[in-house]
Amino acid sequence: MRLINRKPGKPSAMALAALPFAGVVIAYAVASHFRRLENPADKLLPSIEQMAATFWRMAFEPDRRSGDLLLWGDTIDSLIRLAAGMGAATLFALIVGVLVGFLPYVRSTLSPFIASISLIPPITILPILFIMVGLGETSKILLIALGTAPVMTRSVAQAVMDLPKELIIKAQTLGASTWQMMTRVVLPQVLPNLITAMRLGLVPAWIFLISAEAIASTSGLGYRIFLVRRFLAMDVILPYVLWITFLAYLIDRLLLTLSRRAFPWNHMQGESL
Amino acid sequence: MIKTLKTKAMALAAATALSATFLVGMTPDATAQEKSEFKVCWSIYVGWMPWGYLETSGIMDKWAEKYGIDVEIVQINDYVESINQYTAGEFDGCSMTNMDALSIPAGGGVDTTALIVGDYSNGNDGIVLKDGDSVEALKDQNVNLVELSVSHYLLARALDSVGMSERDLTVVNTSDADMIAAYATDDVTSVVTWNPLLSEIEATPGSTKVFDSANIPGEIIDVMMVNTETLADNPDFGKALTGAWYEVMGLMAAGNTEALESMAAASGTDLAGYQAQLDTTKMFFEPAEAVSFTKSAELPATMKFVAEFLFDKGILGEGAPSPEFVGVSFPDGSVYGDANNVKLRFDTTYMEMAAAGGL
Repeated sequence: MRLINRKPGKPSAMALAALPFAGVVIAYAVASHFRRLENPADKLLPSIEQMAATFWRMAFEPDRRSGDLLLWGDTIDSLIRLAAGMGAATLFALIVGVLVGFLPYVRSTLSPFIASISLIPPITILPILFIMVGLGETSKILLIALGTAPVMTRSVAQAVMDLPKELIIKAQTLGASTWQMMTRVVLPQVLPNLITAMRLGLVPAWIFLISAEAIASTSGLGYRIFLVRRFLAMDVILPYVLWITFLAYLIDRLLLTLSRRAFPWNHMQGESL
Repeated sequence: MIKTLKTKAMALAAATALSATFLVGMTPDATAQEKSEFKVCWSIYVGWMPWGYLETSGIMDKWAEKYGIDVEIVQINDYVESINQYTAGEFDGCSMTNMDALSIPAGGGVDTTALIVGDYSNGNDGIVLKDGDSVEALKDQNVNLVELSVSHYLLARALDSVGMSERDLTVVNTSDADMIAAYATDDVTSVVTWNPLLSEIEATPGSTKVFDSANIPGEIIDVMMVNTETLADNPDFGKALTGAWYEVMGLMAAGNTEALESMAAASGTDLAGYQAQLDTTKMFFEPAEAVSFTKSAELPATMKFVAEFLFDKGILGEGAPSPEFVGVSFPDGSVYGDANNVKLRFDTTYMEMAAAGGL
């Protein structure tokens, strides 16, 4: 039997999926063990138990200084920033994306501009944002929004342009106005694409969130990582990185599920990653 | 089928072993031994500019040659990164403050010795306010600073001095690279920072410096820290480094323009600017001065303050049960903290050799 026709069953698929993770964990545990043989207080590769203990302490024991549960405080603050930034970007992408994709005059006006804006590395305008709107929450949220909106807008606009011409012509024959076509034909069809755009936008959104928090902040997941970097606390940094990865994965899966539930017709062509 | 599985398993095992070796390989020779090549690191700061000059002027090479070894002095742009690199074992020594030495390498179990106590900050670190002219005016303000750095320590000491605590204000962690830009915005009303940023910020109209390190002299100390084991196995390394250092100190004390100008240029200023920074730095030009400072009764008291500050902020090593978790030893043999876990050692041996002209 040829290799391409052999498929793992469900249990073996799960075991295979776990393999690379297990490999990394084992490699880490071995390396950490050998380093700590020489120096039990080694900061570079702390033991897995120690990282678990630190994670537990940050999640369930009040901080000595502020009395807060650090992990949850950081997580909530970061997620609020992410949601506000992504929310603004999504709204912008939906409205402007549909207009640009559907109305040739708007497209001629805005398309080159948005394309140019999307090429600016957002992190480079962070100092400008700081001077303009200060170091507070606004600049962090704006960075996320500015960093993700142009690309999301372009992908929504492209999705609108990819709609079958027949649909539009049919709607016009039936006497639909431009507004009716936008709200009744275009909007429902681009919503699944909007979710895809959000899923793609989340990756840079996390980067900008962490970068903004690293520069000036009093809380947040990125803040904590860059704070404890000052004393090489890998026992905090590594679990935080895993936690961020987990949150990002969770949000991505939730959006995918939402898309499947709300727009099942869009997922009929087959499975997606 | 079984054969492929077996091959796969072996490949996986090999890959795992390989990556494990790689990670372990990050461990340099922590096991002490005699060697002839050494690396020390430093970062930009008024009291550490001589390290750069030592390398460029060839004075370091001259002294290294005298002892038949090779010493490379590497400048690192990011201060914290330089300490992390030293802690990870990439360097045999690094310039840092007494506070960072206690929290990062010593707290991380890397036995570290203060080889050359170079200077202490005597006004180089300060608290600047836009409105208000006293430490009390900090109440309920946002204070921008590099959290958990000596700036944070200075703030804690300033608040102590007027009976306030950190609960009276909000500390905003701000990167030193963004400090000047941050100060230009309206919502930043007070900052704690160090030179050369401090003098720049202080010069902004309407700014008042309400507290600086001259109010707590001798507490923020700048030291060349070296790995204790490396030093014990290679006394020549200590001798070469100390000898070279005090040769440059002699040049600076004598006002050697060429040396001072070179250091000024390397720190991005001119001779006058560098001189102004030196004025707020208590340099120990004479090894004897550094020795008596290190032997003074104030040093253990300072290290106690520092350890308590670090413990209070939760950064004195993992699970540190008390400020005495990491032991600090002093030249007279006394120890602050856990005598069974001494990881930071103030040792005047090499500075005394320099003072006696025995290098």
